[in-house]
Amino acid sequence: MAREIEADQIEIVVGELCLKANTILREDVLKSLEKCSQKEKNGSISEKMLNILIENADIAKKKSMPLCQDTGMVAVFIEIGEDVKIIDGHVIDSINLGVKNAYEKHFFRKSIVEDPILRNNTGTNTPAVVHTDIVGGDKIKIHLMPKGFGSENKSRIAMLDPTCKKDEIIDFCVETVKKAGPDACPPYVLGIGLGGTMEHCAYLAKKALLRPINEDNPKIHIVEMEKAIKEKANKIELGVMGLGGVSTVLGVNMEEGPTHIAGCPIAVNVSCHALRSASAEI
Amino acid sequence: MENIRHIVTPLDEKNLKTLKAGEEVLLSGIIYTARDQAHLRISEIVKNKMRMPVELEGQMIYYCGPTPAGDKIIGSCGPTTSSRMDRFTPDILSLGVKGMIGKGRRSSGIIEEMRKNKAVYFLAPAGAGAYLADCVESCKIAAFEDLGPEAIYKITVKDFPLVVGIDVLGKDIYKKL
Repeated sequence: MAREIEADQIEIVVGELCLKANTILREDVLKSLEKCSQKEKNGSISEKMLNILIENADIAKKKSMPLCQDTGMVAVFIEIGEDVKIIDGHVIDSINLGVKNAYEKHFFRKSIVEDPILRNNTGTNTPAVVHTDIVGGDKIKIHLMPKGFGSENKSRIAMLDPTCKKDEIIDFCVETVKKAGPDACPPYVLGIGLGGTMEHCAYLAKKALLRPINEDNPKIHIVEMEKAIKEKANKIELGVMGLGGVSTVLGVNMEEGPTHIAGCPIAVNVSCHALRSASAEI
Repeated sequence: MENIRHIVTPLDEKNLKTLKAGEEVLLSGIIYTARDQAHLRISEIVKNKMRMPVELEGQMIYYCGPTPAGDKIIGSCGPTTSSRMDRFTPDILSLGVKGMIGKGRRSSGIIEEMRKNKAVYFLAPAGAGAYLADCVESCKIAAFEDLGPEAIYKITVKDFPLVVGIDVLGKDIYKKL
């Protein structure tokens, strides 16, 4: 027997997640910023800027204000259990309504234009980019990520050779950080998608950013690459705001998937230090 | 409290000359926000020799699109990526703008334009919009209201923390990158 869930409930939960993600910095990210601040030279400009970011998170939480004025384009990953029946509404409509209401109510910036050429603002920060997945069970899981475009603009994709060495993969990721330079609010978090098809590796890259940055991928050979990328990127000494220092990359999350014998697609989704996401289960 | 220099807008030539790349300052006074679409419009106004809706001579531009104010003075208001404004900056400088605030690098062509026009580029703490909102004392729309967050806002700031990114001599803090 299917479990009935009212579409309204999805709308409410999405609204709550928009508020939480935009105003409360993820615990893993905050901890990482605090750690970086301790590592920087005492009295340096880098230490000072990191402390401003930590204070910013505190002010945003207390005043229920967005951490960043770019409250992003909202990406939603929704996992719907096979035994769920959604009643009195449609999933996608409910998600968009939840985003629209939250962005209006909490005074978040509406940054979405209806058409990339005509560039007319929809005034609602919708539509969200929704990825649906059908899973087992009778629950709905929602992960929501408002993604700022300063860092989105610095993301890259490549179709590498199937015989490429691990070093080529690592270098592509480090090169992405170098190209982003100081422009996209370092210290960065890298979401990396490896394998699949062209669009699937980009999907994996975004999804990778959902994982807490202090948690490793379950596969050892992937963890080794995550660590190598982080270590090499931090040697650039770009630092917070590009002002130098040891804090260039806070975390590297790689998700891999099956791919074709002829290729090795890779996507790097760059996130600024204000990596925002929130999740809930219905 | 450390000894950080306080500067006040509008900045005259004498003051601008003393600012050196890498120096930290606290800025007070009036600044004007403008980002992508406002730049596009200003550029068209300059090219068509039309009248500007707001006088920018001697003023400072802040690359920022704040969140709506709600019941506050202003919403979150950090800087956006400056390099996207590079294509319009010669037109902006031709209006006599003397300072720009943003985040990230500028192209070498723009640095040369700035040197010719004796203008300074400042970096604001990036991704700290809620923190910076605390430094804003007033905010009102100055032009292009229909652009929403991309309108030009006239804002008064108090002790706005900045770092000089490029000085009047064209010295660039990011040159080594």
